[in-house]
Amino acid sequence: MGKTKVIVGLGSCGIAAGAAATYRKIEELCLAEKIDIELGKTSCVGMCYREPLVEVVDEDGSYLYGEVDEKRAIEIVEKHLRQHSPVKEYIVQTDLFATEDDSFTRNQVKIALRNCGYMDPENIDQYEAREGYLAVKGIASKGTSRAEVIQTVLESGLRGRGGGGFPTGMKWKFASNYSSAEKYIICNADEGDPGAFMDRSVLEGDPHSVLEGMIIGGYAIGASEGVIYCRAEYPLAIKRLEIALTQAREKGYLGANACGIQGFNFDIHIKEGAGAFVCGEETALIASVEGRRGMPRKRPPFPAESGLWNKPTNINNVETFANIPWILNNGAAAYAAFGTEKSKGTKVFALAGKVKRSGLVEVPMGITIREVIYKLGGGIKGDKKFKAVQMGGPSGGCIPEYLADTIVDYDSVNATGAIMGSGGMVVMDETTCMVDVARFFLDFTRKESCGKCTFCRIGTKRMLEILERITIGEGRESDIGELEELAQQIKDNSLCGLGQTAPNPVLTTLRYFRDEYEAHIHHKKCPAKACKSLITYTVDPEKCTGCTVCAKNCPVSAIDGARKQSHFIRQDACIRCGACFTKCKFEAIVLS
Amino acid sequence: MRIHRNQIVRGEERPDESDMTLITPLLAKYRGKRGGLIPLLQSTQHLYGYLPPAAFPLISEATGVAQSEIYGVATFYAQFRLHPAGKHIVKVCHGTACHVQNARDVTEALVEALGVPDGGTTPDGLFTLESVACLGCCSLAPVMMIGESTYGKLTGSEAVRIVKEIRIKESREKQD
Ligand SMILES: Cc1cc2nc3c(=O)[nH]c(=O)nc-3n(C[C@H](O)[C@H](O)[C@H](O)COP(=O)(O)O)c2cc1C
Ligand code: FES
Repeated sequence: MGKTKVIVGLGSCGIAAGAAATYRKIEELCLAEKIDIELGKTSCVGMCYREPLVEVVDEDGSYLYGEVDEKRAIEIVEKHLRQHSPVKEYIVQTDLFATEDDSFTRNQVKIALRNCGYMDPENIDQYEAREGYLAVKGIASKGTSRAEVIQTVLESGLRGRGGGGFPTGMKWKFASNYSSAEKYIICNADEGDPGAFMDRSVLEGDPHSVLEGMIIGGYAIGASEGVIYCRAEYPLAIKRLEIALTQAREKGYLGANACGIQGFNFDIHIKEGAGAFVCGEETALIASVEGRRGMPRKRPPFPAESGLWNKPTNINNVETFANIPWILNNGAAAYAAFGTEKSKGTKVFALAGKVKRSGLVEVPMGITIREVIYKLGGGIKGDKKFKAVQMGGPSGGCIPEYLADTIVDYDSVNATGAIMGSGGMVVMDETTCMVDVARFFLDFTRKESCGKCTFCRIGTKRMLEILERITIGEGRESDIGELEELAQQIKDNSLCGLGQTAPNPVLTTLRYFRDEYEAHIHHKKCPAKACKSLITYTVDPEKCTGCTVCAKNCPVSAIDGARKQSHFIRQDACIRCGACFTKCKFEAIVLS
Repeated sequence: MRIHRNQIVRGEERPDESDMTLITPLLAKYRGKRGGLIPLLQSTQHLYGYLPPAAFPLISEATGVAQSEIYGVATFYAQFRLHPAGKHIVKVCHGTACHVQNARDVTEALVEALGVPDGGTTPDGLFTLESVACLGCCSLAPVMMIGESTYGKLTGSEAVRIVKEIRIKESREKQD
């Protein structure tokens, strides 16, 4: 047995939770105490709710420790690494005994995420050791034809994971039909849906899989160049992609006769986005790569015929590409064995919001939404009541609790009025106001509308104004009808997906939570007690002990009162943040 | 002449914003290059912290794109600034996950503590307060980012505490 391995999860989420400090602490301690270990890093395994994560692999087995701050790190180094006695209470997963967190992993099938959290993303050798670049080597050695690659992808049933769900093999076939010396393959890494982070995790955790998927796609369609369009908000993803590109070039996977395939001259470059949601739309993305304002244009011609620099272009999402090497290595049938009749394989979801275990999960299509939220997500935080789940971001909608047995597949989710989208699942509980959620999304689409189509540009603004007045208790009787009318007009008169789907968050909340709209409009009440204009916080003098905790925690010093005496909230200064409400141990703050 | 510290190259003085010779190598790099306008604007902003007006005619000359069009591009994308920003840019996430977990309280508390509206810069030039949509750390919502550090599971008062700490550190550095 070699040295004990200690691997720290250094994805963006881990780093934000303090993993870099944990890493340094372990390094420092082991150096000082001369404990001989092999310290390594990996990215996010998806258990974001337990970050920072540290895995220890010794001769007995592997132990994944959760929430390892510096204090816990000291303890783990001392007890586990020095005295060889694992610290049981911090272990979230191990191959030696069952843990509560097993249910998070047990129900997953990892294909796109097969390497995330299991290797060092900055080390190409580790990728190669995990069947990395095996698919492209196979193409080169077996002389697999372009048509055969496309056929395999077609048979796998893989559909685009960027939201549209268009069959990937079909898309590749179209693009391969146009002959041109210059042809492009683009990876859409713009991940604009606020509340989704699947693509970021894949890029940070396994950049080579995406590159390999692009190389395979590039070969299949006969591309001369690849472009990764990555949002600038993901600096770590860009850094790791750059490292991966350099390594892939050094090993000959990119460049002249790439991967040893004679005559296949192919390289990939990164283009950094500049902060515009609409640039996730393919024609806008192309305009942005060309250095223009990212405004969508009419299709046809589709990018397959005339895309970047008016040349045939194929665009796929990060997760779509990450699936490709696995499909080639394991066969189309193995992939299609997962899923439902029309939605094959697996889908990655970013679980966030009011769910106990927020993080990244990959599940076979056909699982129910309820299973994702309860079996994997562990249910609702604070055991509050599950109200709805938002899927598909600004283009999607809110699926209510009573439809949570809907299965995860393109058609079933569409039937609810939401969309599968790129994989964001934001869970909402009884304290989330659905009118406010609709207002939130309209505010987003209004800001992000490129302004080309009048109905999208002005219509979203009108809808937002109506929603705003409803949430401040100034809603009118005619408002619901007006929202429905505007929604239809925006859908019918917008050129691109942004406008065509912008009303969805309003339409689904109107469909499932009409009573909440009515309560705001008719009774000036917010049933979720979330709309700030419609609520007040006061102190119950009977219960207040004068402990001063509320006053200390008030960010705007709106609470007066002497120690051991009943406190008082000045309503004119109160920003209704609820800090006092959450901090008070005596339930003396009343929300009404 | 005002000198801004660069928040990207930490610890170094930001270059003189009226010295346009600094972008000469960038202009040469992207001159006549297809699709070079946005990377050129990005690297210019990286250098000065914003896009100084004097850079526009030079960029126009190098790229062959009319200045009006360059303004069109610069104003289209959220990333570009036409005015100098504070030394620390405080980006409060208002993505979906952060929104349903009270990101608004974070911004409101910071507005109150810094005494500037959302989007504003403090008079001492230390902080610019901004709202952004999703930093990709949704599992730690609500989240904010200052420089390259991300802070999760925030409350209004926690955010204020972090900003105050930076301010104290800054004034100590100034005294040294
Ligand atoms: C407004 C808008 C935003 C979009 N944002 C993204 C995005 O962030 N990432 C993405 O992969 N696809 C996005 N799409 C979908 C793309 O246009 C395109 O369908 C997708 O990248 C194709 O890849 P796929 O077939 O692999 O899914 C967006 C579409 C629209 C209309
Ligand atoms: S919603 Fe705030 S980080 Fe994603």
